[in-house]
Amino acid sequence: MSVERTYQEINERIKAGKAVVLTAEEVIVKVREQGVKRTAQEVDVVTTGTFSPMCSSGAFLNFGHTKPRMRMSKVWLNDIPAYAGIAAVDAFLGATELPEQDPRNSKYPGEFRYGGAHVIEDLVAGKEIRLRATSYGTDCYPRTKLETTITLDKINEAILFNPRNCYQNYNCAVNSTDRLIHTYMGALKPRYGNATYSTSGQLSPLLKDPYFKTIGIGTRIFLGGGIGYVAWNGTQHSPGFLKDDEGKELSPSGGTLAVVGNLKQMSSRWLVGTSYIGYGATLTVGIGLPIPILNEEILVNAAKTDKELFASVVDYGDGYPQGEPQELGLVSYAELKSGKIKMLGKEIPASPVSSYFRAREIAGILKEWMLKGEFLLGEPSQLLPGSDKYTR
Amino acid sequence: MAAQKIVLRFSEETADQPIIYHLARDYDLIINILKASINPHKEGIMVLELTGKHYEEGINYLKKQGITVHPLTQEVVRNEEKCTHCGNCTAHCPTRALYIEHPSMEVKFNGDECVVCLMCVKICPVHAMEGMI
Repeated sequence: MSVERTYQEINERIKAGKAVVLTAEEVIVKVREQGVKRTAQEVDVVTTGTFSPMCSSGAFLNFGHTKPRMRMSKVWLNDIPAYAGIAAVDAFLGATELPEQDPRNSKYPGEFRYGGAHVIEDLVAGKEIRLRATSYGTDCYPRTKLETTITLDKINEAILFNPRNCYQNYNCAVNSTDRLIHTYMGALKPRYGNATYSTSGQLSPLLKDPYFKTIGIGTRIFLGGGIGYVAWNGTQHSPGFLKDDEGKELSPSGGTLAVVGNLKQMSSRWLVGTSYIGYGATLTVGIGLPIPILNEEILVNAAKTDKELFASVVDYGDGYPQGEPQELGLVSYAELKSGKIKMLGKEIPASPVSSYFRAREIAGILKEWMLKGEFLLGEPSQLLPGSDKYTR
Repeated sequence: MAAQKIVLRFSEETADQPIIYHLARDYDLIINILKASINPHKEGIMVLELTGKHYEEGINYLKKQGITVHPLTQEVVRNEEKCTHCGNCTAHCPTRALYIEHPSMEVKFNGDECVVCLMCVKICPVHAMEGMI
């Protein structure tokens, strides 16, 4: 008889210290050794991980009220502007924001050494951050200027809220032009001199649940070293499949997540300020999702290997910048991870922009949390678009 | 004059030119090749110890050929705490001093192979690679 499990049953097993939890790498080996049926009977949860630059990230901060009170209308943290067009002492600090005086790309390629993401890393590391604010002053909020220092533990609230993280799949980037170009996929050498790719392939969360059967609003996750939640689908969420020439569905692609969590329990090991020369600042975010093995079908997808998962090769020199990306072909993550891909009759060196090594560590930490009974599954209160069970 | 240690970076176009021959014949320089990674139609790198009366002219010749020249006065170190093992540097390291180990996918740094081209220092997204003087 095929296996069926509920979230409640799995959580009871986690609490009792009896749950069987494997990482996405471990379950691949298990399925290879003993097949889907037996593995599905044994395994309760598969853990995934990704540690990758994710630009659409940021934090809502509430600084607490000053004496006299202030309705902060402009806010800077270590000279990085934060959006203050919300209530009195609330602000949103975006990961890619830069100091107003940063030369950007005026001296090409710009370095972008310190941006909003670096402030988030410093905050989480417990460092003092310079807070500067101005206001026009009101009868109830008379103060017009503030210069002080804050630390994460002294402010009221700090909520990491990332509107688009955890891309299901991502382009493999190459450059057909005659010059070195600087992109968010790293520096790309001329004439297809190298290829870069992101996502952790067989460890990557949304590649392992292609139909969003278990991931939805309220799914509890590893976020930035602490616990977070899936808040919504991410912006630009458009789940679908990469297809081969015959139209066969090869690999999931296009899904994204909006994630949220209390920044105060996160760690600067898993939220790292990042700079791409010639492009900008971004935040490298550690995310891990548990995939409950509710049935065999979910296991089949969670056990997909790098050989069975593909990325689309796209020219970032021509086409992509004009909004007309040309797909040059598909390559498997196994090929990408080997360090070389074959494309257009050439052998192109391939390197990642996302850390597979640390993605494995995340999947391992999430597994440990569950084995110790410290992390329970969060059953989605609503599934996301892309799931056959999704209803608006 | 004392021997100077310098690092030359070749582009794809200059990598297969007989540059060192010209340095020796036309500028009468004493050349000691300490390290070299040169392949036709690929970017290359060479570390030389160079002496001779026409040293400056030789350097000017190299620069005119489109070869970048900088002194080998630094060493590169990796800040292990900062490195996230993303692997972004590995495509730009000309000698594979930075490489990804399989199957762990850990980024390794072999300082012995480093020719101090400083490309990794420039591109490391988390500034884990540092040039020390």
